[in-house]
Amino acid sequence: MASALINVPAKAKRGEIIEIKTLMSHIMETGYRRTATGELIPRNIITSFSCRYNGAEIFRADLFPAIAANPFITFFTVATESGKFDFDWIGDNGFAESASALITVE
Amino acid sequence: MRDSLNEKAAMREPDTSTRREFFSQFLGLAGGTAALGAVSVLTLRPAEATPAMLATAIRNVTGAAVVKTGKVRLDIPPLVENGNTVPMTVSVTSPMTPDDYVKSIHVFNEKNPQPNIGNFYLGPRAGRGQISTRIRLADSQKIVAIAQLSDGSFWQTSVDVIVTLAACTDEVI
Repeated sequence: MASALINVPAKAKRGEIIEIKTLMSHIMETGYRRTATGELIPRNIITSFSCRYNGAEIFRADLFPAIAANPFITFFTVATESGKFDFDWIGDNGFAESASALITVE
Repeated sequence: MRDSLNEKAAMREPDTSTRREFFSQFLGLAGGTAALGAVSVLTLRPAEATPAMLATAIRNVTGAAVVKTGKVRLDIPPLVENGNTVPMTVSVTSPMTPDDYVKSIHVFNEKNPQPNIGNFYLGPRAGRGQISTRIRLADSQKIVAIAQLSDGSFWQTSVDVIVTLAACTDEVI
């Protein structure tokens, strides 16, 4: 999806610790803001993010309204084998996006 | 937008704490905004998390376990100009081996409307007990980061942050 930005090294040595950076475009409306007329704007946030490495979950996060708009999350993993990272974002109002990235481990 | 924010900042400056206390009490008692009718929308803020809510949120994660200080490092700017997006990095000292690794990292705040910021679940495959993200801060406050290690122990650190422009509660125009 165009709304996700993923940064995973294309190549890594076996056993190397790599950094994974992800950004999903989303308003992350807190549910605490009001319009000029005083109406509460309903909450609309991403509540869950997860990353799988060749099918096995390696990272997961619960997000709250205190996460800034366009959630940017970085974490680390050990490059064990060539394959695929799958990223999933789930949120309010049926929001569900996914993205993937490939890595070659030598 | 800009003007109204400045105005709000200016209005908040002298007697911030008393007004806020007044409003949280008022909201708590009246249970709604209707009672505040005459008060300008600009100064209307939702009840903020209290130290008791922070303690409850932490207890929900740690249970009865003792939370020790140390091992966790929270990198966040001490002076934040814009509370809408504050970069934050939590790192935990750990060998990250299959026997000794960071299970999870939990970040809390004192004065946003909700005490939780995020829960991050790692594992032995993470290689490094570290995460980064960007957060919102509605006020100058204390941020607490707690890590759970694979042996079940909890470690924490806290940092005080000064915020000049608050997030979360500004009105949309």
